Amino acid sequence: MAVFSNLGLLALNRFGYGPRGDGDTAIAASDPRGFLRAELAQPGITLLSGAGLPTTPVAVALFNKDQAERKAERDQLAQQQADDVTRAKQLVALGAVSPVFAKLAKADAEKAAALLANPPKPPQKPPAPEQIIFRDESLARLRRAIEARAGFAERLVAFWSNHFCVSANKGGIARSITGAFEREAIRPHVLGKFSDMLIAVETHPAMLYFLDNAQSIGPNSKLGLKSHKGLNENLGREIMELHTLGVGSGYTQADVTNLARIITGWSIANANGKEGEPGTFFFHADAHEPGPIELLGKFYLEDGVTQGKTALLDIARRPETAKFIAGKFARAFVSDQPPPRLVAHLAKVFHDTDGDLHAMTLALIGDDDAWKPGPGKVRTPYEFIVAANRLIGHIPDEPGQVLGPLNLMGMGLWTPPGPNGYADSIAAWASPEGMKLRLDYCSQLASKLRDPPNPNDLLEAMCGAKPSAPTREAVARAESRQQGIALLLMSPEMQWR
Amino acid sequence: MVDFHPSRRELAVAGTALFGSAFVPKIASAAGTRDPRLVVIILRGALDGLAAVGPVGDPDYAALHGSLALRFDGPNAGLPLDGFFALNPGMPVFAKMYRDKQAAVLHATATNYRERSHFDGQDVLESGMPGPGFTESGWLNRAIAAIPKGERVGRLGGLAIGPATPLVLRGNAPVVGWAPEVIPSADDELARRVMDLYRHSDPMLAQVFGEGLQIDKIAARDMGADRRDKGGPGTPAGMRQAAEGAARLIAADDGPRVAALAFDGWDTHEGEGGATGRLMQLLGGLDSAFDAFKTGLGPKWADTAIIAMTEFGRTAKINGTNGTDHGTATVAFLAGGAVRGGRVIADWPGLKETQLFEKRDLMATTDVRSVVKGLLAGQFGLSPAVLGQSVFPGTMAVPPMQGLIA
Repeated sequence: MAVFSNLGLLALNRFGYGPRGDGDTAIAASDPRGFLRAELAQPGITLLSGAGLPTTPVAVALFNKDQAERKAERDQLAQQQADDVTRAKQLVALGAVSPVFAKLAKADAEKAAALLANPPKPPQKPPAPEQIIFRDESLARLRRAIEARAGFAERLVAFWSNHFCVSANKGGIARSITGAFEREAIRPHVLGKFSDMLIAVETHPAMLYFLDNAQSIGPNSKLGLKSHKGLNENLGREIMELHTLGVGSGYTQADVTNLARIITGWSIANANGKEGEPGTFFFHADAHEPGPIELLGKFYLEDGVTQGKTALLDIARRPETAKFIAGKFARAFVSDQPPPRLVAHLAKVFHDTDGDLHAMTLALIGDDDAWKPGPGKVRTPYEFIVAANRLIGHIPDEPGQVLGPLNLMGMGLWTPPGPNGYADSIAAWASPEGMKLRLDYCSQLASKLRDPPNPNDLLEAMCGAKPSAPTREAVARAESRQQGIALLLMSPEMQWR
Repeated sequence: MVDFHPSRRELAVAGTALFGSAFVPKIASAAGTRDPRLVVIILRGALDGLAAVGPVGDPDYAALHGSLALRFDGPNAGLPLDGFFALNPGMPVFAKMYRDKQAAVLHATATNYRERSHFDGQDVLESGMPGPGFTESGWLNRAIAAIPKGERVGRLGGLAIGPATPLVLRGNAPVVGWAPEVIPSADDELARRVMDLYRHSDPMLAQVFGEGLQIDKIAARDMGADRRDKGGPGTPAGMRQAAEGAARLIAADDGPRVAALAFDGWDTHEGEGGATGRLMQLLGGLDSAFDAFKTGLGPKWADTAIIAMTEFGRTAKINGTNGTDHGTATVAFLAGGAVRGGRVIADWPGLKETQLFEKRDLMATTDVRSVVKGLLAGQFGLSPAVLGQSVFPGTMAVPPMQGLIA
């Protein structure tokens, strides 16, 4: 197990994405906490924008337009086929009375039969907009993480994004807006208020779509009484279980159902534009369950969208939320079993500051319990791939180089298998297959470097002045630069953080 | 529907227990040529048992399960299992196995977990512990650990399919992993050097990395070109491929005898489809996984048992969006030549409001842990004491179900 030879390396590895080959290990070493704070102090450090990164409504518009075009093309093709068949049938009918038509009819009937037996495939379209957007979003996020000075801000973004995860694999509009969701609902609040992030997340179209709330209808609402449609409690449950209070914190099935009732009508403006700009939040009053509703022992009076927002703000302030968030935060950054004192400290800061995430983050790096040299954590596949690219100074120019291996290692970007996001425990990722895949990835990454750096130089960036003897020897004895780099990337110093 | 007549084999096994301790390796001594295998498939997301195996004969079923209910007739009719239950039409292979008495269905079954969190539910299902919060080891791993090391099963350990080991197979007993590959394998020399580095500096990484290399060698030898990734564990093609890989690895004489897989995507809150649509396609993936195991195991299928199980079921009444929300009891599927099949094993609780759990979910009448225990006892000869104390701690009161293994 790797033990970092100075606190600068510990700062970079535990809180950031690891040292860059050309990076600031020495500066980090001179003032590890200051180094991290300085990154957080850069204005707008958690924000991300750029060409090819559309807002949610713009992405939805592109998606809707493309879907409409594809449908029109399919319809046109089907119509043409139907017309051909009709014409052939007419000729066959005419052929019965005229030998001239009989000849024509035979040829056309054969053509029609061939067409029916083997309908032509629609022509290859260029990649759909949601694919292009997803790739651009992925690349922008990866580059930011690889180029960041410490990567602490990006680690925070990744933590909160995983906490409030949505999946691009849900189908429909999901793939086109997962990146926008993170930029719009997560990033602005990473150093802000938890409650602001909570409201932004639960009213964002990506979440309303992912956890099915957009279609949930109050059974006694106008629409519910008319349509026989009704409640979907998916989002109501996960808000309490995964986003705020934590499972087993005392809420009941009735609370789940009632929160789902309270947030009925939280929906997405549809493509016809009558509900506002398509792809923005839309409060669908006709689908909202009327009347006062009890939640966690308190009644929330009918007040449109405010009823739900008030309920969420109350949930965010409960001590169970502070405890749940603090524990998860400490586990993610420090250890699978974080010191209870550290968790209690973070929970207190969270509670006392009314969920100020900047304050909780500073409390984390200000607490000596977070700086114990070991045992730390094994990097997740995403953390590992970013760290490896940082060390060798490789900026991917197309996202497939990273998205493919991530999928393979079981941690596809923005595609967790469930709403609880990806695990970050050692047991989850230090698996036999996972480690073998890291080897294959490192081997490929090193072999593709056109001008590989000297691994001995990188060794110092990675380990400071005193690399462990086995790692130093393994690199020194490598039979090629590429092999040396692959060994460096596989070394315990790179696997642990 | 419920019949538990012990077969001759069980009587023989029960007989041997009279002579000596529970840890006597019964299988090897009682039936020297038998080489049993066990496969566990975890269906993550909570499978709707009422749309997978419909109690068509229950008078309240069609109204409650609405558009998702299966039927005996009409378009997309269910595949009749008996006069009462119909199987989802996405599973023709399983239906044939059922007719051949190599497959059985457990219905109205659940673990002891009665809340409705996926993740806690999966933890309980896989850890085999009395409640959530225990994620160090899983029951399948502890079962392997309880088998004497001299036995093939104990020595060869478990096989985890996919990049991460499912909790059910995590623990102290050796586990190897395999997943389809999309990156070319690193050369042996680099692998050797990394292994050497870990041996000198990091025992934990040396352990897991070494296991990863070992299974990769078997895969390279036995699978050749079929190692390319065809889709994730939530797609039908991915399920089939995972099963094909697992079958070949556990069929090998030097491969593990126990495997765990996890298939995703069963959390059907919305647009579930019943006899058609999403659920039918996912069940089709599971069906083709059973097919792949039967084909891939060849003659070894005869000694194999597979169980596919999920953390809990879904609401009896469909929700407002043509789906179902989190519920309680559901189905489990058993397949394999070793299974005494051709039956639906259920103590049917009924679907009237008063018969439902908390007036919303199918009531659990069979503890799925008793089924798992029955498989472990029948396949590997684990005693009720070992099963009740170390494999599923604190469950002496849940006896192994008799008569599951032919």
